[in-house]
Amino acid sequence: MRFLLTAEQREFGRTLDGMLGACGTPSAIRAWASGDAKPGREVWARLAAAGVFGLAVPQEHDGSGLLPVELTVAFHELGRHAVPGPLAETVAAAAFLGRLGDGAAAAALLPGIASGTAVVSLCMDGPYALDADAADAVLTVRDDTVHRTARHGPVQPCADPARRLARPLDGVLLARGPAVTAAAAHALDIARLATAAQCLGLGRALLDGTVSYVKERTQFGVPIGSFQAVKHRLADTLIALEFARPLVHAAALALATDAPAAARETAAAKVAAGEAAYAAARTALQLHGALGYTDELDLSLWIRKARTLRDAWGTPAECRARVLADPPDGN
Amino acid sequence: MDLDVTDAEEAFRGEARAWLAAHVPATPLPSLETAEGFAAHRAWERRLGADRWSAVSWPTEYGGRGASLLEWLIFEEEYYAAGAPGRVGQNGISLLAPTLFAHGTEEQRARILRPMARGEEIWAQAWSEPEAGSDLASLRSTAVRTDGGWLLRGQKTWSSRAAFADRAFGLFRSQPGTPRPHQGLTYLMFPLDAPGVTVRPIGRLDGKPAFAELFLDEVFVPDADVIGEPGAGWRVAMSTAGNERGLTLRSPGRFTAAADRLTALWRANAAPSDTALRDRVADAVIGARAYQLFTYANASRLASGEALGAESSLNKVFWSELDIALHETALDLLGPYGALADDADDAPEHGSWAEGYTFSLAGPIYAGTNEIQRDIIAERLLGLPKGRR
Repeated sequence: MRFLLTAEQREFGRTLDGMLGACGTPSAIRAWASGDAKPGREVWARLAAAGVFGLAVPQEHDGSGLLPVELTVAFHELGRHAVPGPLAETVAAAAFLGRLGDGAAAAALLPGIASGTAVVSLCMDGPYALDADAADAVLTVRDDTVHRTARHGPVQPCADPARRLARPLDGVLLARGPAVTAAAAHALDIARLATAAQCLGLGRALLDGTVSYVKERTQFGVPIGSFQAVKHRLADTLIALEFARPLVHAAALALATDAPAAARETAAAKVAAGEAAYAAARTALQLHGALGYTDELDLSLWIRKARTLRDAWGTPAECRARVLADPPDGN
Repeated sequence: MDLDVTDAEEAFRGEARAWLAAHVPATPLPSLETAEGFAAHRAWERRLGADRWSAVSWPTEYGGRGASLLEWLIFEEEYYAAGAPGRVGQNGISLLAPTLFAHGTEEQRARILRPMARGEEIWAQAWSEPEAGSDLASLRSTAVRTDGGWLLRGQKTWSSRAAFADRAFGLFRSQPGTPRPHQGLTYLMFPLDAPGVTVRPIGRLDGKPAFAELFLDEVFVPDADVIGEPGAGWRVAMSTAGNERGLTLRSPGRFTAAADRLTALWRANAAPSDTALRDRVADAVIGARAYQLFTYANASRLASGEALGAESSLNKVFWSELDIALHETALDLLGPYGALADDADDAPEHGSWAEGYTFSLAGPIYAGTNEIQRDIIAERLLGLPKGRR
């Protein structure tokens, strides 16, 4: 057993972190929120060049094959820098198409996903498709059918301004039958894993930003970070994030080996990482005081993302139910 | 990255499982915080020791099996999954023994570890004092030099297991007036039946004598029972403190087994519509799995030569809060039976949930309070400035 990232995996994360740090994501996020996807798409192109989207694309379609552990490493960094766009949706769509066994549908979208030229939204857990207005295609799974469209209803403002929600409209039937259901279950696990990893990175950025702030900000003549009430809140934030991390890694390993426990493990990871990120956001808001309550503060973009990521691809209640869904002697 | 175990580790698991299946008492032993229960647990400790299952990670020459850290984790998973009794030898095996391996003499290891592994000598800890809880540097009990040894004087309190144990270990101030309070402390071992030792059991919340006060009046300790250099006790003891709040005191197997029992309790008792209880059961399951995986990651780090430091404080806060949440959920699932004390005739599962609940309430208090742990996390892992507590 070596339950630690390899040196290569850690280096991959560091490279993405450095690259995204240089991109200056806050301005791309604000542009994305106002309907200008161009700066965000430039970030996507750089991520694609680094191989991020290919991590869920089969090799015959120009990807690396599904690599869940590397995917969690990448999505940790995407969350840390709050990269806008249907990130989990695109890799889940890739996993869906890869599993579907429909050569034409796969050939039409997967090479573009790997190269970053196809932003794909996948809609299967609610009425809205994420970022349909910026996406090149929307895949909609309902029961045992999957449709493809590029058309959508009006964009509904979201609690996270960088999430643009719209109802997908009609579209072309791509496939129907049990293969769709099976591929959708797989895609759900990938979406939950990617979202959980994104939550970990988001929570870490919220924690780091808040730690820096409380070291600088003084009240009563001392940094507020010297107060025990402040320290303990931040310590609890770190504990929650640190104990969510191994759940995310174990879920990735379960998916990598197609283990029967994969759905349960991804649900557990999603609950823990989502709740940890949301708690980190609440702490960041509280410890930044009124400043944290403004949209001028860049960190507020992270704060507002935490709640929606926590609830995307299965609310905590849904995921908790999934954790207990298996019979006691099952895997 | 992998979670794979080797064939040898799997074989070790099978051997442990078979032994436990053949030997774990069919009826749980009485609470080890009673005279009767302590005696029963002492006998169980001897049974474990006789077949070298009491301290599997120790070298074979001291009664262990030379098991790796991962094998120890596997053993603990099997131990608790089998519903085996709580470990009355834990203070000695988990807290004193690692210190002796790191700082003791060969003579001390030869004299102390074998009887400990065989369950013949049960150890109590004597850390706390009336004026020193988590702030061990403010200890006042003294050790004064005398011919061939030291004379102990003072008072220790909250000494776990001391009401029935044989010997104790702790820190004593041997050089008064040092510039810093953690200097001039000496780490000593002494028999609880030595002349000058008075043991006054203290009732726990449930009235059972789970710990005791120790009054020490000119208690003689020979030089042979000093661990490490006199005056360097703080450094010696800190290796023990790390063990206490880190890996060894609460192994993940205990929580994964309890979470499995809780899930079974929920399936048997809860109304399907009670989603609030369902969510709490799920959180206990998720928490136990997180703790298990976090420990695997730490074990991997240790195996690759890394050292753990303040991370043990993350562990301490996490497991102690998990333990309480898990037991509170169980009591809620038990409804009216949740109010019964562990020795009530009607107590479900032989009172194990009630006993476990009482025990869990102490978790955030002992081994360095969770307030102290959070200070350590904030200052050492997040780099926040020191301040007035």
